[in-house]
Amino acid sequence: MASSSIEIRNLYKIFGSRGKDYVKAVADGMSKTELNAEHGHVLGLKDINITIPGGQITVIMGLSGSGKSTLIRHINRLIDPTSGEIIYDGADICRMSEEELRQFRRKRTAMVFQKFGLLPHRNVLQNAAYGLEIQGVAKGEREERARRWINRVGLEGFDAKYPNQLSGGMQQRVGLARALANDAEILLMDEAYSALDPLIRVDMQTVLLELQKELKKTVVFITHDLDEALRLGDKIAILRDGEIVQQGRAEDIVMNPANDYIESFVKEVNRGRAIRVGAVAQPLTGGEAGPSIDADHSVEDALKVMLSASADRLTVMGPDARPVGTVTRDQLLHIIVM
Amino acid sequence: MDWFWKFPAMNEDSFLLLKKTIDESFRGFTRGYGDAIESFFSPLQTFLIAVERLLIATPWPVIVLIVAALAWGASRSLKVVAGCAAALLFIGYFGMWEDTMKTISMIFVCTVLSIIIGLPTGILMSRSNGVRSVVNPLLDIMQTMPSFVYLIPVVMLLGIGRVPGVIAVVIYALPPMIRLTDLGIRMVDRDVLEAADAFGSSSWQKLKDVQLPLALPTIMAGINQTIMMALAMVVIASMIGVQGLGQPVLKAIANQYFTLGIFNGLAIVGIAIIFDRISQSFGLRLQKHREVAHG
Ligand SMILES: Nc1ncnc2c1ncn2[C@@H]1O[C@H](COP(=O)(O)OP(=O)(O)OP(=O)(O)O)[C@@H](O)[C@H]1O
Ligand SMILES: [Mg+2]
Repeated sequence: MASSSIEIRNLYKIFGSRGKDYVKAVADGMSKTELNAEHGHVLGLKDINITIPGGQITVIMGLSGSGKSTLIRHINRLIDPTSGEIIYDGADICRMSEEELRQFRRKRTAMVFQKFGLLPHRNVLQNAAYGLEIQGVAKGEREERARRWINRVGLEGFDAKYPNQLSGGMQQRVGLARALANDAEILLMDEAYSALDPLIRVDMQTVLLELQKELKKTVVFITHDLDEALRLGDKIAILRDGEIVQQGRAEDIVMNPANDYIESFVKEVNRGRAIRVGAVAQPLTGGEAGPSIDADHSVEDALKVMLSASADRLTVMGPDARPVGTVTRDQLLHIIVM
Repeated sequence: MDWFWKFPAMNEDSFLLLKKTIDESFRGFTRGYGDAIESFFSPLQTFLIAVERLLIATPWPVIVLIVAALAWGASRSLKVVAGCAAALLFIGYFGMWEDTMKTISMIFVCTVLSIIIGLPTGILMSRSNGVRSVVNPLLDIMQTMPSFVYLIPVVMLLGIGRVPGVIAVVIYALPPMIRLTDLGIRMVDRDVLEAADAFGSSSWQKLKDVQLPLALPTIMAGINQTIMMALAMVVIASMIGVQGLGQPVLKAIANQYFTLGIFNGLAIVGIAIIFDRISQSFGLRLQKHREVAHG
């Protein structure tokens, strides 16, 4: 599936009856506090510009109230923008008619919710088949497809259980199965894992990463947890008070925080795990030297390999198993302690 | 200062004129449209009579079995089944079987009618605050207006008989059906509705897959209330010619027949309990998987 990217351009959202009137004032620098105090309107999003690359996981991170939910809900237009555009596959989502929007939501997007949003009166199978039912897929086929995804997310044998008979982690697996059964290119996950306890959370992250290797969906993942963001995100955008303050790869954010605000987050991060060797490899100068390591392994992994092989230089291998660069022990140690 | 001590009421002649004008015009309306209205309601009359005949013609053991089966289906509890069957057997033993069947058929028709009118009205109300602000005061009036008062125009229009009785009962019993349908739909969890939207539900799909099923326990409570209120109206309705358990009660009041009154009163209580237990336990079973689960 050749997946196209989602282009968000100059997106503003101002909550309140006369939001449109204040776009200009906000663009000219009026702050969220001023807008609320002087005009009683709430600034949701300010001048959002971001490309969400197709086939990758983009994480949107920010503290509570920073506008994450508002932003992700614009992509399937559960919230209407005040101004701006969102282009996907040549069409502006913000200009779709009711019917086009319904088809877009049915066929091309699927969503996973923080509070699961399962139908309590339906069992696991019927819940997982819900999206397909809305599309009008016949009962036999939709249940077969739903069952396949229930098994894929590790809920084999739970078909006939009801949501309130399952733990939170299992309910979210149902939510994920429901979204995946839709077979849509875009997967929207709004703090999908925030309600889960830490162990189950890591578990579910692994489930997502493994599925993504094969599915290559365009995933937008919301979280307020930087570790989760760094683990999942091919691309990370950080929101604050409705504005994107930095976007880039995990390494860009960890190694070059754009301002003090981001730096204060990033300080606590385990850099050895967050940074992948592929991102810091130096160009190959001579031939290959020392043992090799895949580009998507962490710096920590690389150091372990060096220790066990007592080498001080590794060759970094790209996805097609061709050497793409090299890293040295000093360089990696420098990254971790700096 | 006279006006301060005595309310400056409308002058008596104009008030008389006002009453006369309204009465006259309503009578005129009755003369002009009475027949049309009567024929409008004639299918209802046919339906009522058919249900009544069917219930009376059915042998009593069959009725007892059907009620027991319904009770079992709704509650899965032998206690409820035994209670319902026992109540019916007592009623029959004390010679009130036929009146009871007439009352049950009347309650059945009134309930069906209330659902047919109340469910769509409640749905409309839940979707539009405009409709709600019009319907709500109407419901307040229906519930607080003494029932004898609205019997007057009903009887003037349709005379005495089953149909005016049913209309009076429905006016009285309808409000909880509408109110609880509205409430049930409005209480549906926003997160679930958002999920339905996100997957591209049309508003009809949302209504039938999410809102109505999730509101069903509340709607069932509305149906239960409607049945109870309809039963409470049985005696009053018998004043305008509705047959059944109300008639003997009326006779007992007029002639001070204590035992007759008590027995028929108890029979009404008996069917109230049967209806109540069956509809409530059905509502409870619906609720089973619906509480919001822990996170
Ligand atoms: N319907 C609304 N009307 C008015 N203000 C709103 C509305 N929805 C959101 N907001 C405001 O917009 C801002 C962003 O809210 P949003 O829910 O997007 O934050 P969030 O980053 O998802 O936070 P959380 O982590 O708590 O979910 C908040 O200040 C919030 O109060
Ligand atoms: Mg949120």
